[in-house]
Amino acid sequence: MDIQTYYLLVPLAPLCGAIAAGLFGKWLGRKMSHRITIAMVGVAFYSAVQIFLDVMNGHQFTGPVYTWLVSGDTSFHVGFLIDRLTVTMMLVVTSVSLMVHIYTIGYMSEDPGYQRFFSYISLFTFSMLMLVMSDNFMQLFFGWEAVGLVSYLLIGFWYDRPTAIYANLKAFLVNRVGDFGFILGIALVLMVFGTLDYAAVFAKAAAHASDAAPIAGMSVNLLTAICILLFVGAMGKSAQFPLHVWLPDSMEGPTPISALIHAATMVTAGIFMVARMSPMFELSDTALSFVMVIGAITALFMGFLGIIQNDIKRVIAYSTLSQLGYMTVALGVSAYPVAIFHLMTHAFFKALLFLGAGSVIIGMHHDQDIRNMGGLRKYMPITWITSLIGSLALIGTPFFAGFYSKDSIIEAVGMSHLAGSSFAYFSVVAGVFVTAFYSFRMYFLVFHGEERFGKAHAADHHDDHAHADDHHADAHDDHHGDAHDDHAHHHGLAPGQKPHETPWVVWLPLVLLAIPSAIVGYIAIEPMLFGGYFKDAIYISEHHEVMAELHEEFHGAFAMAMHSFTSLPFWLALAGVASSAFFYLKRPDIPAAIQKRFQWIYTVLENKYYFDRFNDWFYAGGARGASTFLSKYADRFLIDGMIVNGSANMVGKISGVVRKVQSGYIYHYAFTMIVGVFILLTIRNWFA
Amino acid sequence: MIFGLPVISVTIWLPIIFGILVLATGNDKNAPLARVLSLVGSVLGFLVTLPLYTGFDRTTSNMQFVELHDWITRFNIHYHLGVDGISMLFILLNSFFTVIVVLAGWQVIEKRVAQYMAAFLIMSGIINGVFGALDAILFYVFWEAMLIPMFIIIGIWGGPNRIYATIKFFLYTLLGSLLMLVSLIYLYNQSNGSFEILDFHQMAIPMSAQIYIFIAFFMAFAVKVPMFPVHTWLPDAHVEAPTGGSVVLAALMLKVGAYGFLRFSMPIAPDASHKLAGVMIALSMIAIIYIGLVALMQSDMKKLVAYSSISHMGFVTLGFFIFNAYGMEGALLQMISHGFVAGALFLCIGVLYDRVHSRQIADYGGVVHKMPVFAAFFMLFAMANSGLPGTSAFVGEFMVIMGAMKANFWFAFGAATTLIFGAAYTLWMYKRVIFGTISNHHVEELTDLNKREFFIMAILAIMVLAMGLYPMPFSEVLHASVNDLLIHVAHSKLPL
Repeated sequence: MDIQTYYLLVPLAPLCGAIAAGLFGKWLGRKMSHRITIAMVGVAFYSAVQIFLDVMNGHQFTGPVYTWLVSGDTSFHVGFLIDRLTVTMMLVVTSVSLMVHIYTIGYMSEDPGYQRFFSYISLFTFSMLMLVMSDNFMQLFFGWEAVGLVSYLLIGFWYDRPTAIYANLKAFLVNRVGDFGFILGIALVLMVFGTLDYAAVFAKAAAHASDAAPIAGMSVNLLTAICILLFVGAMGKSAQFPLHVWLPDSMEGPTPISALIHAATMVTAGIFMVARMSPMFELSDTALSFVMVIGAITALFMGFLGIIQNDIKRVIAYSTLSQLGYMTVALGVSAYPVAIFHLMTHAFFKALLFLGAGSVIIGMHHDQDIRNMGGLRKYMPITWITSLIGSLALIGTPFFAGFYSKDSIIEAVGMSHLAGSSFAYFSVVAGVFVTAFYSFRMYFLVFHGEERFGKAHAADHHDDHAHADDHHADAHDDHHGDAHDDHAHHHGLAPGQKPHETPWVVWLPLVLLAIPSAIVGYIAIEPMLFGGYFKDAIYISEHHEVMAELHEEFHGAFAMAMHSFTSLPFWLALAGVASSAFFYLKRPDIPAAIQKRFQWIYTVLENKYYFDRFNDWFYAGGARGASTFLSKYADRFLIDGMIVNGSANMVGKISGVVRKVQSGYIYHYAFTMIVGVFILLTIRNWFA
Repeated sequence: MIFGLPVISVTIWLPIIFGILVLATGNDKNAPLARVLSLVGSVLGFLVTLPLYTGFDRTTSNMQFVELHDWITRFNIHYHLGVDGISMLFILLNSFFTVIVVLAGWQVIEKRVAQYMAAFLIMSGIINGVFGALDAILFYVFWEAMLIPMFIIIGIWGGPNRIYATIKFFLYTLLGSLLMLVSLIYLYNQSNGSFEILDFHQMAIPMSAQIYIFIAFFMAFAVKVPMFPVHTWLPDAHVEAPTGGSVVLAALMLKVGAYGFLRFSMPIAPDASHKLAGVMIALSMIAIIYIGLVALMQSDMKKLVAYSSISHMGFVTLGFFIFNAYGMEGALLQMISHGFVAGALFLCIGVLYDRVHSRQIADYGGVVHKMPVFAAFFMLFAMANSGLPGTSAFVGEFMVIMGAMKANFWFAFGAATTLIFGAAYTLWMYKRVIFGTISNHHVEELTDLNKREFFIMAILAIMVLAMGLYPMPFSEVLHASVNDLLIHVAHSKLPL
């Protein structure tokens, strides 16, 4: 087949699957729906592999598919840019998506919205592929918003849960705040370059490096402004501080999509975008510093929040935030290949961890509280081993995938000389300990220690905000006898009930994802980071020699792992694992004591640094307040009441007065006339 | 030519003749006949507009399909019709929506069916006349005539507070129009006795006169758009109007105001347009931001969508007065798209209203459990209203933001806030109405879309998606005219 046909097949096959399952799911039935969508994603994956092989042979492609719009003398089109960066993303997206599709058969087997779910995840796959394959900013924005839409639909998939429909609206709106910056960035690109095509823009970027224009009375470097505005979009999509608030709440969605969308692919769109725009970001040190500092804040401070979460999915969600921060830091220090490398390894091990968590959740009959678990390794061996592999990869154990990418980030940050890089270095190093601590806290609480399931739920269980709301939703459902009761029923195992390993459709993807989580780093680090893999897909300026320095330090994947045993991050990670083992296996009384002693820290962390409270009060409350005020007083009272109806009333009153004058009596008129004549004569005499 | 008859005349008079025929069917005993006849009339009315598109010459900005006959020779008034890229699509849009509206009222309207259908058919012809007229008096006649059927539609088939709404609607729009007549007469005198709009375009006019003319036209058009602060008639009119009335109001009535700016204000008084552009942009930004905020807390769905319409029309006027191709084409595309999206949203609300007889958001909740198909359509249109790429609404908003950035960073900044506000008010409403658990027994008793409703929704959904994914067929006919208008407006018309 012609290679260009494959280009079209990659996004369009999942789209066809989505349409089939979405519009005709009722006729197709469950089995046909999942068969079609899985087959279509399989086609996309196969095509992506073909394209990958072609690209590795040195082929590239950039060109339009069709012209979307022509305005003035600018034409906007839909087109593909196929290079090594694109094809890497295509492989990650289609392969993880395929795993998640298979997994969904098991996870959603009892859900009445089965076909709808398959339709959504296929639609997501299409959107994400349009995003990464785009050759222009307009289509990038299309994919960007389309993945946001599907994310919205999927977070709110169980639409009778109040928490879910709160979370999806929040996610969409917070993302829209990012997109607000993003579209302004795109508009600035069009203004400065006169085109939205990547190739043309990147070619001209250097020539516009010092363009400046007055904005708000200051002379602003336009390229810096463009980069920062585009990055604001990335902050929304990739959940960077302070637009991170939507991601933990997005865990209200079914677990397969937490893996696919909120860990492996969609949230990395921002990382991909910045790497794609490297020819522009490289020209602005200010923008790079900004990117790095935001990433560093996210990497460290979101990790802290992971420590105190008790919902298995929320722990992983905060871990995702923190890891996205790592990727962002890597972007900031111009180590774009490292960021993409971490994106790839993270996609595998984080998808694995989420799907593993989903498997645990199935085993626990939809109880997500890790305090009610423990000792599951006996009952769910495959889930246990694969989750262990995922956790080891996440904390950066030498030889595992996460080690190579994360260690490279840490080293790259250490070599950077940008403003703020010392803070970033501190954050990413300290983050290693935090990551190890929360990851293994969760791991030990779930798979080791005392078996706490099947008992009556702890009293403090109901303090948990999310769960409290869940129960609220349950009450409603039971009341109405709704069709969704299989998910809304009381969570957890009954006393005496034991968890079981999940069916093969669930554990097979775990195994398939565990393999790359273990080995992909070892295999890929050398070609991907130092073998000139990305070629000209990523541009790095000569002033930012971090990648070159990394290359000098690098003496092979094996040596890198061996060397790490003497390095600080390794010992920090080990310390993290050891202390969590001590705290949560040996002496569970200590965390409780610490919590009591340092109550205020705990309170701050539990309230997630009060961001949600502040946003709810200031932005949401402020907008509602302003809206009520403007609607009531400005629109209804001032404009409509005073001016419109007021002038109508005025006309009414004046006509009332005038009507009295027109009494119909001759002597009234005669009298008025005489008075008038006198007045006129008087005036005339004055002026004469 | 259609069967030897000039196209634009047919698009105007065919619906009107059918309207009269429908009226002749008399009382509600013949309602089925009236319905069928009006459906035939509206479908034919739409079909006859198609040659305007297929036969349209995209390379020229000259008037096409021109018809010129004497009408009132004493005052040199002609029956002069013609379309260019700016007006042509609106005739199609209007005739398209006539079909939709007839279908939408099919079972819902049970009293005075013939009169209801006839009002819409006649109005359809009149609106086509507004877009087709090239003689100022002919335009004015259609412009004012347009009010009468709408007045009747709201006044007879409207809600409980319909009398207040109709009077307000009528007075508001009439007052604006009178000033337009004054300036048309002024232009007639200055042009040595011509009422040709195209002659007005070429006349040299001193600055002070241009400003008066601009303000007079502004009064007429701004009320129709409606622009802040003369917008308050629209929420009331929408709330009281029957579904069909709201659809035509949103999809077409608002567009004639914006069209007026392009056909009259800007080409006749270009210097004044430039001079007052700042004010126009400021009013547009207020519409986008302030009205967007006001929409957020509305408790009545129709009012919310009405405010959202005002906010979206702010994009249109913003696009006009930044004087660049992105902005102006974006604004025109936004006008067409807003027709589809706002029309569809009013139909969605109508579907709920027909079943529950309430427009209050608080009276709903959990509708998705009973009406999943409806919820899916409503989702699409809600997303379109939030400007999601891939839907028609994105095209216009995107282009206007691009154009605004070219003019000034802060224009784009203000316009882009719609990304947040638009999503906030639309999706919050959607959440409260559609999601959640079933809130009361009215919702419990809901039934999903019937075939007729499904058909209407499906057609609109296809249009919204088609225009969003491939706007080229819509935009390519605008080009020549927009480019020429921009060139025309860039040249001063002050007397030398």
